[in-house]
Amino acid sequence: MSRLYTVDAQAVAAERAFRAIAILALVLPLCLLALLFGGTLIDGFSRLSFDFLSGFPSRRPEEAGILPALAGTMALMLLTAAMAIPVGVGAAIYLEEYAPPGKITTLIEVNIRNLAGVPSIIYGLLGLEVFVRSLQMDRSLIAGACTLALLLLPMVVMASREALRTVPRMYREAAWALGAEKWTGIRRVVLPMCLPGILTGVILSLARAIGETAPLITLGALTYVSFLPTSLKSAFTALPIQIFNWTSRPQAGFHVAAAAGIVVLLTMMLLLNATAIVLRMRLQKKVTW
Amino acid sequence: MSTEGASSYGDLPAVATDSPVGARNSMDRLYAPPALSERLIRAFLMFCAALSIGTTLGIIGVLFEETRAFFAQVPFSSFFGDTQWTPLFAEKHFGIWPLVGGTMLTTLIAMAVALPFGLTAAIYLSEFASATVRKWLKPALEILAGVPTVVYGYFALTMVTPLLQTLLPDLAAFNVLSAGLMMGIMILPVIASLSEDAIFAVPSSLREGALALGATKLSTVFRVVLPSAFSGIGAATILGVSRAIGETMIVAIAAGQQARLSLDPREGMQTMTAYIVQVSMGDTPTGTIEFHTIFAVGMMLFCMTMVLNLIAQHLRGRVLKGSL
Repeated sequence: MSRLYTVDAQAVAAERAFRAIAILALVLPLCLLALLFGGTLIDGFSRLSFDFLSGFPSRRPEEAGILPALAGTMALMLLTAAMAIPVGVGAAIYLEEYAPPGKITTLIEVNIRNLAGVPSIIYGLLGLEVFVRSLQMDRSLIAGACTLALLLLPMVVMASREALRTVPRMYREAAWALGAEKWTGIRRVVLPMCLPGILTGVILSLARAIGETAPLITLGALTYVSFLPTSLKSAFTALPIQIFNWTSRPQAGFHVAAAAGIVVLLTMMLLLNATAIVLRMRLQKKVTW
Repeated sequence: MSTEGASSYGDLPAVATDSPVGARNSMDRLYAPPALSERLIRAFLMFCAALSIGTTLGIIGVLFEETRAFFAQVPFSSFFGDTQWTPLFAEKHFGIWPLVGGTMLTTLIAMAVALPFGLTAAIYLSEFASATVRKWLKPALEILAGVPTVVYGYFALTMVTPLLQTLLPDLAAFNVLSAGLMMGIMILPVIASLSEDAIFAVPSSLREGALALGATKLSTVFRVVLPSAFSGIGAATILGVSRAIGETMIVAIAAGQQARLSLDPREGMQTMTAYIVQVSMGDTPTGTIEFHTIFAVGMMLFCMTMVLNLIAQHLRGRVLKGSL
């Protein structure tokens, strides 16, 4: 059969060339990253052991352990989530469901998007001045958690708003038409429908906040902690800070310990990501009204 | 709705019977005013949203207050006129330019890596890749964007620098080049993901129109689709620059701690963020001039990223409104 169109050989060659270049542009950085992650994982796994996970920091690299940092990160994660999630989801509900269109609402929206772009180290300066000094929380766990909560807040608001927007307006209207008040409709109809979306977004944001190092360092979190946090007022350290500390030392032994710390941190991140995916799948199956 | 039905759902209020239906011409009067609990919830939710304004005011207030204390001791002309930054030495100089220069050089190197690679990847994903490739690569890019930056810092110092030293023998152990390269790799997923959104959002009628006129696929992409997505790509680029300027851990680990005004990426240089980390790691007593400097530097950093973020938002707003 004769063709209905002519084939411009030059154009075909050019397109092929571009495809090849584009694939190269994708594969090259991914290969480099795979190499870097692979190298770190190999170094890290060789050092990973029960003693490493349950040990305290030491001046000798081969004895150094990560327990205080791990405990600190866990405590920070729980406290931060407990503060940022209710407030963030609340703000998202207000902006999506209640806020009357107008200047103030636009201001809040622009403001939240801007806050999401503020470098994390600036939050550290805010926390240092407000929580550590003015509110006299000192360089404690609670000061760190408050700072991370402020950092997490805009991310939670934006993720929750996106999830709330997926619920079609007619469901709200149906609830109101049945006589439900605004909040009743939101709580019994809208929230159950978009809970999987909210949870996924929130957990992913939490994973990101937990990896933050700069705000905690600015706050003055310690790098050498040989005890576990016992109260909100305890001094603390966290996994990213411990990794930073070990990386900054000249001895190669500490670099291996840092690699092992990175393996632990990335495992936590992957677990959080996996939790988000599993939650989404489970909750999507059975929506309880 | 019957009254028995309403009472069994405590939180579903009955339609108020005492409201003067039809008494006024306003529709508002057809239902009862919201219950107290309803108004309390609304007030609480509003408080949550307003907290974000409080955060911004807090940031600006703190930076402004401490920066004022800094400029009470250091003249403006010295901050913007001096070319040396040595607040931690005996002989103190407070010229911000070495820190700004270090930040700019790392950002430039990062963007030189992230922009071409990220944009090409975005074009490929949006215009050429199959749905399956897209489905797998987009989430992968998002996971990469979530890797803690301290990890990238470790990569830069312990692996990239030794690798580059085999090619460039006079590369310092702490250098701007490997920090910038690593930062570029870190920002690449951000730029790729945001630009891909912008390119994908170009209406397919534009592509079809160009193809129908006999344009090849490549000229459609480069002469019709990309110019249409220009605002979105611009926003992605500016957000990438803003991220690079504010990025802390990679440069704090790998770029060194000498504030030096230079253009040679093989040397170590200090960025604004790395300086704040350096002071925070030491035990600087609060209220001293060294302590005030981190807020003055923070103010500079905040202003630079804020301006960039506002420009990016403006560009994205134009995309959303459809006036490309």
